[in-house]
Amino acid sequence: MYGLGIFKGLGVTLKHFIRTYLEDLRWLGRRYTNPAAFPVRQGVEARGAFTVQYPEEKLAVPERFRFVPFLLVNGPDDPERPDMIRCTACGICAKNCPPQCIWIKRDKVDNPATGRKATIPVEFYIDIDLCMNCGICAEVCPFDAIKMDHYYELANYDRFANHILDLERLKKPASYWEQIAPTLAEEERKAREAKAASKKKK
Amino acid sequence: MTTPSTEDKTLDTAAQVQQELSERFPDAIMPDTREGYTGFIVKPEKLLEVARAVKEMGFDYLSNAAAVDYVDDGKLEMVYHVYSVRHEAGPVVFKAQVPRDGEPTLPSLVSVWPGADFQEREAWDLMGIRFEGHPNLKRILLWEGFHGHPLRKDWHEPYYEADTKPFKSRHPNGKRYRAEEGNPFGRNVQYPPGFSPDDWTPEADAALYAGIGISHLPADGDEDIRTERIVVNMGPQHPSTHGVFRMIVTLNGETVEDLEPVMGYLHRNHEKIGERNTYLQNMPYTDRLDYITSMSNNLAYAITVEKLIGAEVPERAEWLRVLMVELTRIVNHIWAIGFLLNDLGAFYTPALYAMNERELVLDVFEATAGSRMMCNYMRFGGVVRDLPARLRTVKTVANEVSEKIRDYDMMEFLEKLIRERLPRAVDELDRYLTGSEIVIERLQGVGILPPDMAIAYSASGPVLRASGVPYDVRRADGYSIYDELDWDVAVRYNGDAYDRYLLRLDECRQSLRILDQVLDGLRETEGQPIFQGKPSEKIKPPPGEVYGRAENPKGELGFYIVSNGTPNPWRYHIRAPSFINLTALSEMCKGHKVADIVAILGSIDIVLGEVDR
Repeated sequence: MYGLGIFKGLGVTLKHFIRTYLEDLRWLGRRYTNPAAFPVRQGVEARGAFTVQYPEEKLAVPERFRFVPFLLVNGPDDPERPDMIRCTACGICAKNCPPQCIWIKRDKVDNPATGRKATIPVEFYIDIDLCMNCGICAEVCPFDAIKMDHYYELANYDRFANHILDLERLKKPASYWEQIAPTLAEEERKAREAKAASKKKK
Repeated sequence: MTTPSTEDKTLDTAAQVQQELSERFPDAIMPDTREGYTGFIVKPEKLLEVARAVKEMGFDYLSNAAAVDYVDDGKLEMVYHVYSVRHEAGPVVFKAQVPRDGEPTLPSLVSVWPGADFQEREAWDLMGIRFEGHPNLKRILLWEGFHGHPLRKDWHEPYYEADTKPFKSRHPNGKRYRAEEGNPFGRNVQYPPGFSPDDWTPEADAALYAGIGISHLPADGDEDIRTERIVVNMGPQHPSTHGVFRMIVTLNGETVEDLEPVMGYLHRNHEKIGERNTYLQNMPYTDRLDYITSMSNNLAYAITVEKLIGAEVPERAEWLRVLMVELTRIVNHIWAIGFLLNDLGAFYTPALYAMNERELVLDVFEATAGSRMMCNYMRFGGVVRDLPARLRTVKTVANEVSEKIRDYDMMEFLEKLIRERLPRAVDELDRYLTGSEIVIERLQGVGILPPDMAIAYSASGPVLRASGVPYDVRRADGYSIYDELDWDVAVRYNGDAYDRYLLRLDECRQSLRILDQVLDGLRETEGQPIFQGKPSEKIKPPPGEVYGRAENPKGELGFYIVSNGTPNPWRYHIRAPSFINLTALSEMCKGHKVADIVAILGSIDIVLGEVDR
């Protein structure tokens, strides 16, 4: 019968439409407010409308999510560089950055913990208009000093004033990284300890 | 249908072809003896004859034609990679060299392989090689008034910093500046001496509209209804062109008499950027070619460079690669179907159902690679990270995210997605659209591309296979682990827009078959290494050339890379499938109505990021 195909298609649309309301009944109308409903709505079991009510509702991001790098500052209990920036201004990130959006000025300061000189970046800029969030800087950094942030809401009114991040805006405590990426931070800590242990043996 | 006829003898290998040709053209052919190079060099005056001979031997598919600037030798070189689709053989690689000074000219091969059309125009535009006998030799990606040929090594943009990265101004004494400060708006354009943009009229552009002059003349057709020819400019800002793409259509009444695609509005000279980058730095840039299928672009680039440096890939990495690439294929195909329907007037409902499923796949990409679209996942010799144990989002202070987090077991999520959800979604799309009378009326018999023409125009991917040519690079080259997997090359025989739609559904099902095996492969290789050796950002391939290709969802994505032994590629050329698939667009549209152009373009499935590069 001519037109049957269209009706069949409309049936599919209708099914999608009805399911959205069936889901509402299932969560007693609390589809958008019940935290338990959320993983169901946004997972493989999802039925009906799939939408997230941004900005009232936001999707949390996974650990590996990458958006604009930041620099890690050690806590006071770090054995080598306590309360200091982890970055040694070696420039590997700047050299490997695909759009070349990292500028580093290197200098030496006294490190009270070891009594020796330590190399640090006195200036560190990332132009986030250029940054393509590829994560290669974090990947190549041998000191776990630069990591990719999760903060993606970067819209602002003055790009000239706010889109080149300087050292002050790039520095974040190492504990912040442990908070946003617990598994990765733990893996890295273990790798660093293993490396230090093998160094000591030698 | 191009079944090999019985009298076809088995095809010669590339070496035999070269042998035979050097006997036939003893003074025109010279083997390419440079270290790391393959194929042979043909004298320009004999190029056309040799090309015809190559085609007569059965090599019917011009996969890639790229120009290379050997500035130190004072030469420009055109490189051709020709395959045989019927016999799944090749490539035959041959080159022609011309001095780069003056007006470098080569004979055009459009008469032999019409698929050379856009590729030769691109070589003229970006490298400045003239092609004698080309039917329509003008710039393709840049505007007609552009001065110079930017892919030449001695061409520099205004305020350019250096030929290769890393730039010296970044470290150790970084001098920060804004991009605009180094490249001030209004003063960042170079004009040749004596040129004034205000007095300039674009001749070629005017010629495109020349048809308007004849529009008052009565056109042929029905005597009772007086029709007129008219030239219509579709795009570049048109919702049905999938981006900024322009078509200049000459109409007789409502029937298309001629169509000329105009592109380049999204051109950024990706290849020049690529030649300044190091090998690793190019990886995230490949994401931005066809931004729907970044995983597949990554794979094509990775296997090409791996060929060049001879890297091995561990088994688990291969499984992960195939997992990502096949998920990408499904995403791309259901997306393409959704947007095809959007073009037909089914406003967004099918497209949103497609995106619905895509969202779940992107969740997997995001949790594994860190980004939904710009995945940057493959590395030379493996992948960057293994699958996480759990697909989990974290509650953080960033973005002030509420309590709502998700936490699933990764393998369980994938299993449910691949074995239940996606097959159901594909079946639903099938039920939803395939039988619909509107879809059938709009697509059946529209934009027919016969098999011979599909091959001649170097069409690839779904466009080629829907025309009855069962040619798939995954099967022909057997890269990665596709040889060991159980799957079929999907093929449809009518070559119209409807078959291209059906073929995409078929391919989704084949991809699901592959993914089903991938799940087992992933379980078996749990915990095995994902990278051969130690990851290194310092890659210095030996001098030489390489052509690598992979079956992208849109067609054959090829990379032609010339290395001169430095960390930056000397030449980085991309054979972009949606760009070359457009070569046949004009032929497909002729004789159809205006509204059908939209359906035909939608059925080719282009992404302008890749077309314009």
